[in-house]
Amino acid sequence: MIPELGQFALILALVLCGAQAVFGLVGAHLRDERWQSVVRPAVAGQFVLVSTAIAALVHAFVSFDFSVTYVASNSNSALPTFYRVAAVWGAHEGSMLLWIWIISVWTLAVAVFSRHLPPTFASRVMGVLGIVSFGFVLFTLATSNPFDRLPLDQIPADGRDLNPVLQDPALAIHPPLLYVGYVGFAVAFSFACAAMLEGKFDQAWARWTRPWTTLAWCFLSVGIALGSWWAYYELGWGGYWFWDPVENASFMPWLIGTALIHSLAVTEKRGLFKSWTLLLAILAFSMSLLGTFLVRSGVLTSVHSFAADPTRGMFILGFVGVVITAALSLYAWRARELRSTAGFEGTSRDAFLLYNNIFLIIATVIVFIGTLAPLVNDAFGLRTISVGEKWFTQMFPPVFLALSAVVAIGLHAAWKRGRLADSRSRILLGFGIASALGLTLIYGAYGPGKGMSVVGVVFGLWVIVSSLFDPVDRWRRKLSLPRAIVGMTIAHIGLGVGVIAVSTVESYTVERDIALGPGETATLGRYAYRFDKLEPVEGPNYDGVRAQITVLRDGKPITILHPEKRNYWVQRSTMTEAGIESRWNMDLFVALGEDLGGGRWSIRAQLRPLIDYVWLAAALMALGGILAATDRRYRTRVEEEAGARSAVAEAT
Amino acid sequence: MTRFLIPVVVFAVLAGILYVGVVRSPNRSTMQSALLGKPAPDFSLPVLGEPGRKLSLADLKGRPWVLNVWGTWCPECRVEHQALLDIARENRVTFVGLNWKDEDAAALQWLEQLGNPYHVVAVDADGRTAIDFGVYGAPETFFVDANGQVQYRHVGAMTPEVWSREFASRLPAGVLP
Repeated sequence: MIPELGQFALILALVLCGAQAVFGLVGAHLRDERWQSVVRPAVAGQFVLVSTAIAALVHAFVSFDFSVTYVASNSNSALPTFYRVAAVWGAHEGSMLLWIWIISVWTLAVAVFSRHLPPTFASRVMGVLGIVSFGFVLFTLATSNPFDRLPLDQIPADGRDLNPVLQDPALAIHPPLLYVGYVGFAVAFSFACAAMLEGKFDQAWARWTRPWTTLAWCFLSVGIALGSWWAYYELGWGGYWFWDPVENASFMPWLIGTALIHSLAVTEKRGLFKSWTLLLAILAFSMSLLGTFLVRSGVLTSVHSFAADPTRGMFILGFVGVVITAALSLYAWRARELRSTAGFEGTSRDAFLLYNNIFLIIATVIVFIGTLAPLVNDAFGLRTISVGEKWFTQMFPPVFLALSAVVAIGLHAAWKRGRLADSRSRILLGFGIASALGLTLIYGAYGPGKGMSVVGVVFGLWVIVSSLFDPVDRWRRKLSLPRAIVGMTIAHIGLGVGVIAVSTVESYTVERDIALGPGETATLGRYAYRFDKLEPVEGPNYDGVRAQITVLRDGKPITILHPEKRNYWVQRSTMTEAGIESRWNMDLFVALGEDLGGGRWSIRAQLRPLIDYVWLAAALMALGGILAATDRRYRTRVEEEAGARSAVAEAT
Repeated sequence: MTRFLIPVVVFAVLAGILYVGVVRSPNRSTMQSALLGKPAPDFSLPVLGEPGRKLSLADLKGRPWVLNVWGTWCPECRVEHQALLDIARENRVTFVGLNWKDEDAAALQWLEQLGNPYHVVAVDADGRTAIDFGVYGAPETFFVDANGQVQYRHVGAMTPEVWSREFASRLPAGVLP
């Protein structure tokens, strides 16, 4: 009964999405207030209904309703409650429901926080969001219904269990955060479409759009980092990024989103790059949709994707095609009317933000080509183009290093007429400090440097040092330090930390794959891993073995690690749980490989310097973004605008 | 003004490529099987439910046959099961199941509950034969012709469309004796 209730709620939600789109867009076009007054109630109703649907699915999981196909395929009576809830988004159908629910939350937030905007504009924003929601609700109902029941005679006594890969706390919350980010770009997209429909695209538009875009970007940053962290300790390979198509699908919107938040800054401050900003707003969400298509259609095989289903792929492609073609056509029609009146110098901050955008776009194109090349190969039967991990590892770092340099220099440039000559001494001072620190660090801690890593560490430090100049200056001159500046500084420090961490971990990781029996030791430089013993373990839905491995430095024991190898009963799959100790400067990592017989096991032992700083970098960027998005000026302007509007309303 | 048309044109080209990718994705599963057009790998495996009997490649020589890789642990196998039963009812080809990394009791119970589409099921408990066939996930289905050559590979759940397009079209007319 309850699953049917959920399905019914979803069908009603579809109707309300349609209403939201029609009344929002047509109402704004007709400038009819009665039509537009329907939009907000439709949004609220849609939120309630989609929440009901997702609650019904959660209920089916928690109450072990194995008559529901999706529950039977992704749950089991031995699965702990936490994972039974997380299992809701453990496979395709529920992921789509979560996607829809998140867009309904964003839409609700827009409905609540858009009262200070011109009414027709707000209606159009919600109308465009309604179209997007409509498409995805229809997709879910038509091709991916999570509430489908099994025929009575096929209801299993117990479920097939959640994919053991997903039975992990980080992975349980990684998809929701990622989707919040992905879907959040739908808001920026809708703001862009609404502005184009409205034919009004000014600096106020950029100010309204910025906090939404930045928040979505923050969630995406944390979501990506969590996924990477999970891959690190759960897959047992010791890596943190694999250039897997699904990872890339989340990375491309992030790169474009990063370009967008910077381009928005220029548009708001200086009224420049208007058409470019619009295009980026469309592209960021297009990348989210492309990612959804790639992941959900199964056209690209990866560790994440499940059986391919051409109907689903075709549906999403058709829908995405219509939405993006419409937006880009609207863009082609409107963008030519936009003229930037102001000019700028080639070394002003405006210009540096343009260079930043160019490098971010190049980075996106690299990832894009690497991700889609296999698909193009398949589609056209080409076997000559070979693009593998090497493509990414060779192409990506130089672009990102160049980007870091642009950031480090651009931070000193002034808006509009800025000339580098004015700040040459600060740039050189920053670079000097960074070089001295970086070279000391590398040669002091890690011995002879490898080319790219030295550049990476120095440039990363350069970004950090450069980003500190302005706040320190303001502090010394007793000037106010707005939250936006603090946020920007923290986020840029995050970038610097990330560049340093990736350069170091890529160049100075020590690893050995070795067969060890009890009592035997593997040495890695000054460190040694001693295999003490193996003992059985048992969990709620798995059993396995746990090794005790003592890590020694210079012959003295410093810690004990417990890597595990688990067999999940229902799906009969084996999972590794790496044994990791994070220290301030490196991770001691060990994973159990195969049982080689006779008590010997293959062991993967690694020392990974600064790896935790990769995730710290993402956390800093997200924190900086949240601070910037909640800066006072967005709120005070909102109050002023609302005040001005009510004054106008009273006067008329 | 034409420069503002560039994005929509680029997108149209990309959408075209993706469209071809989706349309051809069923074919895509034929791919990378180094075995296509080559002889099927040799094997000799116990037969499910018939202790002592073994099935080997030689037993299947001289007629076309279809190998379906499945396991009771695989949700997609449950999805394709009805399609397999319908195909078996046509009785046009020798239908061999490869029960992959499974337990005999569970497999027998599955066939009893859901129906048995196979003429014979070989037990590949350690997954060795599946590796020889290049299987990377269940379900997968192979078509082997009368000369013992692998002619087609389908990755993912079998559907009536895939069957009639890729498998039935390769079979001689008529039903098995």
